[in-house]
Amino acid sequence: MFTLKKTLVLGAVFAVGLTAAQAADDPIATRKALMKTVGVSIKASVPMIRGKVPYDAVKAELAMRAINAVATGIGNFYPDGSQTGGKTSASPKIWSDRAGYTALRKEMADASAAAMVAAKAGEGPFKAAFGKVGATCKKCHKAYRVKK
Amino acid sequence: MGLIAAYILSAPVTLAQADMPKYTPDAKNGKYIFTAGGCASCHAAPKSKDKTRLPGGLALETPFGTFYVPNISPDKTNGIGGWTNVQFVNAMKYGVSPDGSHYYPSFPYTSYRLMKNTDVLDIKAYIDTLPAVKSTVPDHDLALPFRIRRALGLWKFLFMDYAEFKPDPKLSKTLNRGAYLVNGPGHCAECHTLRNILGGRQDSLAMAGGPAPDGDGKIPNITPHKNGIGDWSADDILVFLEDGSLPDGDYVGGTMVDVQENMAQLNGADRQAIAEYLKSLAPIP
Repeated sequence: MFTLKKTLVLGAVFAVGLTAAQAADDPIATRKALMKTVGVSIKASVPMIRGKVPYDAVKAELAMRAINAVATGIGNFYPDGSQTGGKTSASPKIWSDRAGYTALRKEMADASAAAMVAAKAGEGPFKAAFGKVGATCKKCHKAYRVKK
Repeated sequence: MGLIAAYILSAPVTLAQADMPKYTPDAKNGKYIFTAGGCASCHAAPKSKDKTRLPGGLALETPFGTFYVPNISPDKTNGIGGWTNVQFVNAMKYGVSPDGSHYYPSFPYTSYRLMKNTDVLDIKAYIDTLPAVKSTVPDHDLALPFRIRRALGLWKFLFMDYAEFKPDPKLSKTLNRGAYLVNGPGHCAECHTLRNILGGRQDSLAMAGGPAPDGDGKIPNITPHKNGIGDWSADDILVFLEDGSLPDGDYVGGTMVDVQENMAQLNGADRQAIAEYLKSLAPIP
């Protein structure tokens, strides 16, 4: 379903800031789809990190680029009124503590950007930089996601 | 007559000083088991990253009311400083305080009762090396019927087995170690098993998850059923415990993050044991 290539296109499209009208269409479904694309990137990266598959700098860089695109653009998809419904896992804290959520989103944008650079530098640097990406995923999921 | 029976049945069951093993505690193992047991996840100050300071204070919202986690630093006035070995074991494994009253099972002695006395004594030796913290904690704020501590004796009579973990000779050393870690200090079943209306675990549904006790969200099924982690390999579980990443590319979240980060501090053999044990569980939908 979500290949790495499709993921990039999707991520790039959404990162280019959609209009409020488009975001209003179905922000919950959109943001869930965006998160799924992040999952595709993680799934592509973890086997390389663990030495299960040979390291591929191009693949690694693309995976991080996709995460960076989502981290940059996904903030547009939590408008007022989308707190509930559509099987959303978004915690109410995203609205009650928007500043904290935005700060973590920026942390992820920064971490993934750094990982994009590290990917080109080689397996070792990528491994280190990816660690920060994963840790940031956990930080946000800990505070701002309620698994349903 | 009924009241007398209830009074007798609800009496605290405890160990006596004579039951304590002849043993020199090992604080290093104590720190390790303390990590496996996730003690700091409840007993450290809320929102604090410092696992050596254990002033309590965290509020646990449950259907019975709000429990406030106590101070277990070695402070002599507000903590557990000065407790004897047998008092500590009775608290951890029997849910009874030094003054003879029952603890609420929000403190998961229903799992810790499986632990070896030597592991429990090691934890105490480790806690005794930590700083004494002076803070006090509010009383629990519970709905009226649940304020009678003595009644917990009846709850224990209904729901608690006092037996310590017995390795199964038919299983490998690794599986037994996994069973001990998961069911004893790890106390995984306390969150991952559905409870009845009285708050007792439904052990026939062990580890199959259910709605989160604090209202929102869901606790996952971690049995090898397709509704659980049936299509995870033991290696997938290992990766999750080390890293927090899931086979579908997701990352752990919510209250499980603290647990995973504790698991990441155990040694590889113990994580392997946990993974193998989870794969061996009965699949439950």
